[in-house]
Amino acid sequence: MDAIVAEHLRKTYRNGVRAVEDVTFRVAPGEIFGLLGPNGAGKSTTVRILATLTQPDGGTARVAGHDVRRDPAGVRRKLGYVAQVSGVDKHATGRENLTLQAHLHRVPRRQVRERVERVLAWVGLTDAADRMVRTYSGGMQRRLDIALALVHEPEVLFLDEPTTGLDPETRAALWDDLVRLKRERGLAVLLTTHYLDEADRLCDRLAIVDRGRVVVEGTPAELKAGVRGDRVTLEVEQRPAEAAAVLQSLDRVLEVVPNGREVIARVLHGATAIPQLVTVLERAGITVQSVALQRPSLDDVYLFHTGHRMITDDLAPDGLGSGEERRSWAS
Amino acid sequence: MGFVMDTLYLLKRHTLATVRIPIWVFMSLVSPLVWLVLYGQLFKRIVELPGFETNSYIQFLTPGVIVMLALFNAAWGGMGTLQDLTDGVIDRLLVTPVSRAALIASRVLHTALTVAVQATIILLVGLVMGARVPGGVLGVLTMLGVAALLAGGIAAISNGLALITRREETLIAVVNFFATPLVFLSSAFIATALMPGWIRAIARANPVNWAVQGARYAMLGSDWGAVASYGLLLGAFAVLGVLFATQAFRAYRRST
Ligand SMILES: Nc1ncnc2c1ncn2[C@@H]1O[C@H](COP(=O)(O)OP(=O)(O)OP(=O)(O)O)[C@@H](O)[C@H]1O
Ligand SMILES: [Mg+2]
Repeated sequence: MDAIVAEHLRKTYRNGVRAVEDVTFRVAPGEIFGLLGPNGAGKSTTVRILATLTQPDGGTARVAGHDVRRDPAGVRRKLGYVAQVSGVDKHATGRENLTLQAHLHRVPRRQVRERVERVLAWVGLTDAADRMVRTYSGGMQRRLDIALALVHEPEVLFLDEPTTGLDPETRAALWDDLVRLKRERGLAVLLTTHYLDEADRLCDRLAIVDRGRVVVEGTPAELKAGVRGDRVTLEVEQRPAEAAAVLQSLDRVLEVVPNGREVIARVLHGATAIPQLVTVLERAGITVQSVALQRPSLDDVYLFHTGHRMITDDLAPDGLGSGEERRSWAS
Repeated sequence: MGFVMDTLYLLKRHTLATVRIPIWVFMSLVSPLVWLVLYGQLFKRIVELPGFETNSYIQFLTPGVIVMLALFNAAWGGMGTLQDLTDGVIDRLLVTPVSRAALIASRVLHTALTVAVQATIILLVGLVMGARVPGGVLGVLTMLGVAALLAGGIAAISNGLALITRREETLIAVVNFFATPLVFLSSAFIATALMPGWIRAIARANPVNWAVQGARYAMLGSDWGAVASYGLLLGAFAVLGVLFATQAFRAYRRST
């Protein structure tokens, strides 16, 4: 049985924002599934629907076999949720936060202490357990958030941008922990993220969401294979626009975008094409200073499907993905 | 069962937070105490006018100030919920199977308990200043109960408003607009018999006035029948307040 089933979810907020238009995916137990997408794509809304925090207007969703609309209480018993914004109680200690959460999650009273200890050790907060949370660093608070979501040993874990704001080391540690969790407990994890490396490294499968719709879904490898051609970045001494035009005329060049002093081209069989690219440019009187070749990364997949670069900085929602922008590589 | 336990767990959380920053408990005592001392001195001789139930103004004033404190304090009760909303704590609680009613009940109870403690402090100051409690222990407990009941009802309404408006500014505006007039439209400071007719008419429908009257009669131990009927009215008021808060909570859930 699938741990998470979302079918044609739809949600319009009271203020008229159509946050989710059509989102469908399934997550199996023991699988880490990623939702990727630009700001405002509807990732958090989707997660909130699945966590029973908000009601969908259409579609159905089941979590651990319970329908989110008909049996939200059943869903809540099985889920752990880490919100995009921390939900810790700053004027209590870490241990108090966890103890309350365990009680409210109906952990048998005799087990509460032990569970709290275990999860504290697990996220590495044992030493800080009796400190007020307001004295925690951002990373410690995030780890407490995660501990709060795990203290009752859920079957399904929702993580809404769990690593935003964490330093690289803490992020890597969290990745390892998540992999361990899914392996040891068969936990199903739904993760939203802005980090493509995170999705690539961590997710068994992922869906790219844009403007409330799933635009593509698959394993990271499948998605990358779906992007034709390799990325060749040529640094030219002068006239990048002209260089772009020259390259565009070649058959095996699928797409070219000037990017400052560089020209980025998507090229079939990039490695063997490089000499030809350099030669045509030299013949046109343009000197190539460096060439870099990249197999398609999730970055390219993302760009290809949403038309915007994956950046975590604020992108005004209305500035996203206008017609021209959609297929271009620039941002 | 779930409801009772959840309420207690949450009550413990709210109480710990209050105990850890006791400054607020004392800050909110300052102005009622100032009123008690100033008014108690300033209008000492007002009881010479006919219509007062006692011949000591401090005796008359103490239950009035206790109820005023209950009102002022409970009116801000929604602030805690607002803080929890902004901090994401409410969402974190809502993903658990916690009894939804316990979220409201724990807040209301917490305010009622805080008010009972503060009221005791005011009472002690009142006693030092010369007030007496002919109503005895029962009178004191009933008075605290009446204050807590009003506080519960007001706190519920305040929480409801917080959930509906979700803005501090709105809550502040509402509290500032209503709280003080509600006190002056009651017999907190002046005997009912001395009020202008129109104020007396409003006071009759004013829960703050019910609480003042109930608390005063309990403290004096002079009219238990009146205490009982004011108590019933306040009970009904508290129930209505809680119903309002529950509906507001539903509305909040629908709007997100
Ligand atoms: N409570 C709300 N009321 C009204 N509109 C909302 C609410 N929450 C989100 N929205 C809107 O719904 C759309 C989708 O938001 P959502 O938070 O689901 O996006 P997201 O993919 O999580 O974005 P981000 O990457 O920035 O977290 C946005 O346009 C947002 O402004
Ligand atoms: Mg989000």
